Amino acid sequence: MSDAPDTPIQGIEAIVVGASAGGVEALLTIFGQLPNTFALPIIAVLHLPDERRSQLAEVFARRLNIPVKEARDKEAVEAGTLYFAGPGYHLSVEHDRSLSLSQEDRVHHSRPAIDYLFASAADVYGRRLLAILLTGANQDGASGLAHVKQSGGTTVVQDPQEARIAVMPLAALALHTPDHILSLGRIGSLLASLEPFPC
Amino acid sequence: MDKSSDIELRLLIEAIYLKYSYDFRDYSGASVKRRVAHALRQFDCATISALQERVLHDPAAFMQLLQFLTIPVSEMFRDPSHFLAIRQEVVPLLKTYPSIKIWIAGCSTGEEVYSMAILLREEGLLERTIIYATDINPASLEKAKQGIFSLENVRAYTANYQQAGGQRSFADYYTAAYDYAIFDKTLRENVTFADHSLATDSVFSETQLISCRNVLIYFNKKLQDRAFGLFHESLCHRGFLVLGSKETLDFSAYSKQFEPLVKQERIYRKS
Repeated sequence: MSDAPDTPIQGIEAIVVGASAGGVEALLTIFGQLPNTFALPIIAVLHLPDERRSQLAEVFARRLNIPVKEARDKEAVEAGTLYFAGPGYHLSVEHDRSLSLSQEDRVHHSRPAIDYLFASAADVYGRRLLAILLTGANQDGASGLAHVKQSGGTTVVQDPQEARIAVMPLAALALHTPDHILSLGRIGSLLASLEPFPC
Repeated sequence: MDKSSDIELRLLIEAIYLKYSYDFRDYSGASVKRRVAHALRQFDCATISALQERVLHDPAAFMQLLQFLTIPVSEMFRDPSHFLAIRQEVVPLLKTYPSIKIWIAGCSTGEEVYSMAILLREEGLLERTIIYATDINPASLEKAKQGIFSLENVRAYTANYQQAGGQRSFADYYTAAYDYAIFDKTLRENVTFADHSLATDSVFSETQLISCRNVLIYFNKKLQDRAFGLFHESLCHRGFLVLGSKETLDFSAYSKQFEPLVKQERIYRKS
């Protein structure tokens, strides 16, 4: 574990991010510095009240330099795009690098569950996955993040000292030691410095 | 490249297909993997291979596993605006047919069937409609035939029913007994419940409307296309296809063979 990566992280093909309470602000902070030339896919689960339609993608699209979409079933994951899980469905990544939705039971009272996104992405991308877990008031994401680590991926947890609600980062730290514990500002710089993995 | 557990999972799915003819080979992988992992804990099996041995030699164990592999998540009048759109946009056109056949594919425990039957009754169409309600899970079909749902859930369905344009009191359609709501059996007089697999079976009837909601998300693209192919074959000229709120024809080989009638509500018509 280190405070900050000494050298830029290499060979990343995709990024997954999980957040709950306090997450909108946190996500705007870490994605705010991304240039419109950013060339990696980002797939995010942010817990929200269970409403049928979410404005999340629209809100972020207005504030960010990269395209933002609500993830659709069977949609191919495209580089340089931020996907949000919609309300009421779990979001997974499939081996053909497409997205899939499902309505299995809630995990830690949550659907979409961060654990499901992280574990499925870990199975697909292995060591080429970067997973980031941020502020939140429940334990979703902790076991998914550990799964990413076991599959050889890189894991980042928001510094619990700084997190609006520290429960989620602390649950992750209790389960495994991530590669990095960083402030939102540092996570933003790390993302902006990532080089696309040559396909 | 494959991890041992991925190999075991493929072998289990293959074994189930060879032994029991249930075909999960083209289901979305991530969800199947989680459901098998969940089943492992319930069956107290250490490995997927151990589970495979059990289900291969014990049909009762397979029926138990089937309950994990299928997802009986449903509610009545789920997505009320969807049913409102059917009432407003589809029903007027259905009324032009002298007799109507409707296929509810993947009906699970019957919530969609009773919702549709109630809507049709209120629109005066139920008497001249035949509903085929199909699923691969016999336990779900049996439950659907009973038409008994927990009273606690029915309270939530009542709000859905009202938002969906329901014209009466929802309680008119069921009798409460202890913690259960027993639905009016005349609602299913014209319903045929049948075992049918979108993965292995073929078309059995011409239909005017097919409802297949929150089933296709569990299929990969290839199997989705097989299902869309069956629907296209079954539907009459200009027939209706209605999908779940997150399901779309957009990524399918059949996207050109259907046109959206109410896109937001996933209501399509055969082109």
